Amino acid sequence: MIKNCLGRELPERIGDYVVRPYMGPYDTPAPGKTVVTRRMAGHWIPGESKRKETLRDAILASGLKDGMTISFHHAFREGDQVIAQVLTVIRELGIKNLRFAPSAVVNIRNPSIVDFVRDGTIGRIEASGIRGELGDSVLAGEMENPVILRPHGARPRAIEAGELQIDVAFIGASAADDYGNCTGQIGPNACGSLGYAFVDTYHAGCVIVVTDYLVEYPCVPRSISQQYVDYVVEVDSIGDPSKIGAGAARVTKNPRDLLIAERTANLITASRRFKNGFSFQTGAGAISIATTKYLADCMKERGIKAGFALGGIPAAIIDMYDKGLIRVVECSQSFDAIAAQAIVSRPNVVEIDNADYANAYNKGCFLNREDFGVLGALEVDTDFHVNILTGSSGEMMGGLGGGPDVAGAAEIPIVAIPIIRGRTPSIVKRVRTLCTPGETIAAVVTEAGIALNPNHKNYAELKEDLEKTNLKLVTIEELQQLVEGMTGVPKPIQTTDKVVCIVEYRDGTVIDVIREVSTR
Amino acid sequence: MSKTELMRTSLYVGGTSPARMIQSGFYHADCLVYDLEDAVSTGEKDAARFLVYNAIKYQRPKDKYILIRINGIYSSELDEDLEAAVRAQPDAIRIPKVEYAEEVARIDEKITVIEKEAGLPVGGIQIWCNIESYQGALNARDIAKASPRVVAMALGAEDFTASMAAQRTKSGWEIFYARNLVLMACREAGISAQDAVFSDIKDMDGLQRDLEMTRALGFDGKTCVHPSQIDAVNACFTPTEKEILNAQRVLDALRQAGMNHTGVCTVDGGMVDKPMEIRARTVLAKAKAAGIEVGGIVQ
Repeated sequence: MIKNCLGRELPERIGDYVVRPYMGPYDTPAPGKTVVTRRMAGHWIPGESKRKETLRDAILASGLKDGMTISFHHAFREGDQVIAQVLTVIRELGIKNLRFAPSAVVNIRNPSIVDFVRDGTIGRIEASGIRGELGDSVLAGEMENPVILRPHGARPRAIEAGELQIDVAFIGASAADDYGNCTGQIGPNACGSLGYAFVDTYHAGCVIVVTDYLVEYPCVPRSISQQYVDYVVEVDSIGDPSKIGAGAARVTKNPRDLLIAERTANLITASRRFKNGFSFQTGAGAISIATTKYLADCMKERGIKAGFALGGIPAAIIDMYDKGLIRVVECSQSFDAIAAQAIVSRPNVVEIDNADYANAYNKGCFLNREDFGVLGALEVDTDFHVNILTGSSGEMMGGLGGGPDVAGAAEIPIVAIPIIRGRTPSIVKRVRTLCTPGETIAAVVTEAGIALNPNHKNYAELKEDLEKTNLKLVTIEELQQLVEGMTGVPKPIQTTDKVVCIVEYRDGTVIDVIREVSTR
Repeated sequence: MSKTELMRTSLYVGGTSPARMIQSGFYHADCLVYDLEDAVSTGEKDAARFLVYNAIKYQRPKDKYILIRINGIYSSELDEDLEAAVRAQPDAIRIPKVEYAEEVARIDEKITVIEKEAGLPVGGIQIWCNIESYQGALNARDIAKASPRVVAMALGAEDFTASMAAQRTKSGWEIFYARNLVLMACREAGISAQDAVFSDIKDMDGLQRDLEMTRALGFDGKTCVHPSQIDAVNACFTPTEKEILNAQRVLDALRQAGMNHTGVCTVDGGMVDKPMEIRARTVLAKAKAAGIEVGGIVQ
């Protein structure tokens, strides 16, 4: 066993995975070598077709074999119908033991991903998070190999470092032409930005575009270019439009969430960085959306216009753009139908590559220029460490998403979180799974007050700004004790020694592991 | 005891939900009313008493004025409610459907007995009376003075309207006279006047219109049935910047007149009289209590 610099105990090796322990948010230098790619040089003769009649034909043409790596993007969210169709055909072809490496695992049912794990089609998983039935299965130790979880920005890093090499990328596109030009912005199943698909198309050995809306050549608008695409397959349906916009974005009426959102907006607007040209990201959680609305009100009142909003974009941000409150919206993902449609109809609502959004190991990402980032969490501890993966019973509850990236790059990363959910404390002495290092969190905003992190680089500035307001400042220890007084201390969850998930930080080091939940 | 004298907002919280009771402490309501009456079904009265007692004993929110609304004076739950409520030591007990001063006196006696048995200081627990019928409204003057424990009186509009065979409307004219009766009785007794709840929690515009009446008539506070109403109600009782500045000018003028030994003074051409001075001082007191820093004024 070894310990990383945050004191988390890690095995030196987990199967064939060699653990590099986390050393600090900025301590891993660039690898100093050319990026790794599986992309093959191609030579398509004029007149040669990329169309394949069926998924089966395309998969056979790709040369997919046992043990290879396949990838998908998650822009269709809960409405995704591409993953199930592709995996079903792969199963029919008898291909086994694949490494399943989507940008995030979405909850699909009938069939579910677990079915493909149990029948051996999938042997390994690398994603940003797993939950639901698949999460339960992994925690119960059903997979032989541990799942590797990476934040959004770390996935393109891992691909370009050669740690995740994609053999076949399946790109669901809501519109495509027969030569592979495609987009998510138009068509009956428009999902908006295909931000998470770019890196796959640039570096996969074979790229298959799957669409249900074949348009006249050339496809415009065009997110992904023909030059990266090997095959195009038309299927009956790639998604359920009613679910593509669901699962993340919603407007809350919960008074507690509204209180936290208002406080979060108050914190932002009290900062000296809240001035013309500032940049921000609020995300898609209930508190985040409400924060956006409060922020918009204050921007209107004080005549302040943001330079850019970033990341996963909900309708609330588009509304701010329409009101002239934001100059540019940099969109790595569209959270709802309005945001999806906005890229087509608004000149400064722009689709961006996820690597351009969050990868810390390229020549600069948008997050490096972000002032405020609002993050959700399941737990925060008295060292400000954040857990966004495992719930109170040890179950897999979420994904890393871009949380560690936003915290590691934005000037003022804020965690907005209720102190209790149900009977479960959210502010604890030690988070169950450490996903985001505490020193990258500037403030935790709760209904019981705002805790500033004395170890954050902008602590002095933020403290000075907030002390000029009547916002209630508390210490994180006070919050933890307050919660503990209300809920008591939950009984620890018993685990075995078997590591079922490896939690990587932005730089590919291991910040924590998740162990199999003991049934005894 | 409470750490605030502000009674702008009092939020009803059902006594059967520990999560809501805990959560209520984080909203901006000045007073929290843990409810044993309407929000609790008959079969859950025991559980609610237990939960409310423990919530106050062990999870009492700081800086809040805490009340328990007990079941009605003629309810079979009354004695057990009082036993639990007094021993929990809230700031006040809120009595529903008060119609006669004698009823309050009787509750006062029962509270005193329990305080003595429990070794608590006698008189430490205050009483708020809910006026919820025409009979209560007509007897409001006596009720307000029925016990030294009575520190506030509130109109319960829904039951009052039913007792009058009137229709409850959002414009609220059917309770206009009762509002005034309660208000005048409170003013005479020198206690806090609390306005009726606005029960449509989705109609924020309606609440705003109702608050205009609340404010114009001169109430000191209003009961909320949902946290979403709190900020609007608080704002209603928080003086505007213009009002604060005007109050400052009135008191400045009075201070100047005192220094110059002139008997009268004017602001904007109008003479400053005693009622204007009282209004100005009240405005500044409310501003200060609401956390607004008002400088440069000798109060």
